[in-house]
Amino acid sequence: MDLLYEIWGSVMRNKMRTLATGIAVASGLFLLIVLQGAGNGIIHTFDRNRGGFSFDAIHVWGGWTSRAYDGMERGRRIVLDNRAEDMVNLRFPAETKGVTSIISQSGLTVSYGTEYLASVELEGIHPRYADMASLKIVRGRMIHDLDVAERRKVILLSEKREKELSPRGKSLLNEYLLLDGKYFLVVGLYEDDQMSSQTTLYTPYTTVQTLYGRGTAIDELMISGKGLDTEQKNELFETRLRQGLGKIHTFHPEDQSAVWIWNQARDNEQMNRASSILQISLWILGMLTLISGVVGVSNIMLISVKERTREFGIRKALGATPWNIIRMIIFESIVITGTFGYVGMFAGVAFCSYMDASVGNRTLDIGVDKLQYFVDPTVDISTCLWATLVMIVSGAVAGFFPAHKASSVKPIEALRA
Amino acid sequence: MYFCPYIDISMIKLSGIHKTYEGVQPLHVLKGIDLHIKKGEFVAIMGASGSGKSTLLNILGILDDYDEGEYLLDETPIRHLKEKKAAYYRNRMIGFIFQSFNLIAFKDAMENVALPLFYQGVSRRKRNELAMQYLEKVGLRDWAHHYPNELSGGQKQRVAIARALITQPRIILADEPTGALDSRTSVEVMELLKALHRQGMTIVVVTHESGVAYQTQKIVHIKDGLIERIEDNVDPSASPFGNGSVMK
Ligand SMILES: Nc1ncnc2c1ncn2[C@@H]1O[C@H](COP(=O)(O)OP(=O)(O)OP(=O)(O)O)[C@@H](O)[C@H]1O
Ligand SMILES: [Mg+2]
Repeated sequence: MDLLYEIWGSVMRNKMRTLATGIAVASGLFLLIVLQGAGNGIIHTFDRNRGGFSFDAIHVWGGWTSRAYDGMERGRRIVLDNRAEDMVNLRFPAETKGVTSIISQSGLTVSYGTEYLASVELEGIHPRYADMASLKIVRGRMIHDLDVAERRKVILLSEKREKELSPRGKSLLNEYLLLDGKYFLVVGLYEDDQMSSQTTLYTPYTTVQTLYGRGTAIDELMISGKGLDTEQKNELFETRLRQGLGKIHTFHPEDQSAVWIWNQARDNEQMNRASSILQISLWILGMLTLISGVVGVSNIMLISVKERTREFGIRKALGATPWNIIRMIIFESIVITGTFGYVGMFAGVAFCSYMDASVGNRTLDIGVDKLQYFVDPTVDISTCLWATLVMIVSGAVAGFFPAHKASSVKPIEALRA
Repeated sequence: MYFCPYIDISMIKLSGIHKTYEGVQPLHVLKGIDLHIKKGEFVAIMGASGSGKSTLLNILGILDDYDEGEYLLDETPIRHLKEKKAAYYRNRMIGFIFQSFNLIAFKDAMENVALPLFYQGVSRRKRNELAMQYLEKVGLRDWAHHYPNELSGGQKQRVAIARALITQPRIILADEPTGALDSRTSVEVMELLKALHRQGMTIVVVTHESGVAYQTQKIVHIKDGLIERIEDNVDPSASPFGNGSVMK
């Protein structure tokens, strides 16, 4: 407290110096905070725009063999079928949370009364699909196991398509739609998300297989992994999955093109890595600006210490120890950096809030799709706490060299000056 | 003076002090100083410019170290002290008065006077209170909240005297305290120092004004880094310039 009072005098006496130093530090912190905020905006945007997908999903499609195997030529087409799902359930209970077969039929037309929609896709799914692809049912119900077993002609419709088929707003739940000459019962309506604008109707996969004479074939196997948290585990799982499928569909266990495997978890890993790289580089950038502020403080303090040589000489003659002097300068430096640092920080936070209010959450219309950009470009409390710590440390660092110089002043030399 | 053995207790005892300023051309400034100053004495050091008066006073004030010899300050040996220890002795034992006052410009008179107590850890309220008392003693109570640039030379030197006294030091060291003052204010300052002496303070004044020197009891003449002679000034009031006047 007393020390603060001692400092007050010298700070007030050197107003210009204090102000110049202050501006350097304040702008450093302002930039640090704004960069963090903008970076967070970009990262949040990533997260938001890829929402709706299940991130640990692994997709498998049939391909063409690239090796001769078991007496068969290469270049053979591999079509996945119902055995694949059973195989995964049997062999990988520990590595998977769920698996669903998907089979789709596109280019269909759906109608209700006189209204109709062309180029509709009918996607045959398993009940577990809802969780795996974050499909949200807003009215009615999801497709269940009985629908699958009995190959019922039931469908899920998106709310947006409901409006198009029923312009006067009549609910289509429990209504029959005519799809490609067959009647389907609408059992549920699902929430549109901004990402998918496809006209997809969901039905049990067994229904598609039956109605379109596809036998037991499926187009895609979607697997939700469990505990696949490292690169190696993912790779191992993919290898074993390929081997398992090779057994059923008779292809070489190491044939890379017989089935196509797309592991979103690994993509996701890369995305996270990109996010953290972005965040770290923003910190580094902010720190660099801050360091330039600190160097500025240090320089100005150094000049001021030189100007005040005589003062330190007097203080020493009156009984100040070197530590008294060091403490005073460092504390002075911390007070200056801290005070102006907070000014910069508050300005930065205010600016982030302004960004949030003006451009945050705005969507960018890119034709068929809508893309959100700059979601929630703000900084959190922990960033501010970190910044405070950084300020105190940098204040101390900035003060150290000048303080050392001031304390090593010899009183006789200082007094002769 | 010399018939009472009790007051012959030594305050300063120098024997064979040597000091050389190192540099491109080392300068041997003090070449063996022996000096004895008793408690309660008022001593002047005189000599030509460059004779080493300030150097000697700085050694006495522990602002500077010496190369050879022995220095006892109130029975405490002073030699190669650590900075911290030196600061402690300067703070507790010595009061300085400088030719150029050496007040801190951004502190008012009261804060300047109180500063030595800051380094003793005395609370602000307490030290400001004491500072006001000492300003009163030098007749500047009404000027307590004026800054140095609002004070005359004589007033500044009185503030400096109050600051030197506030820690109740054993000894006052003054390097040309009247050097920057006109004759009238010089008289004021000398009167203050004489009053302190009457109260029992030990005082050493460096000066080259004989008018100042002859108001003290003992005049030490320095020449080329050695004590030329020590003159006892039996009756300071009978100085050639009379009492209360300073020859400029
Ligand atoms: N720090 C120093 N480094 C080198 N030489 C010095 C230093 N201080 C003083 N001197 C030299 O030592 C000699 C004695 O200096 P000192 O200041 O003691 O003289 P002085 O008797 O006080 O003179 P004055 O009456 O002019 O004040 C001078 O020649 C001076 O130039
Ligand atoms: Mg001198």
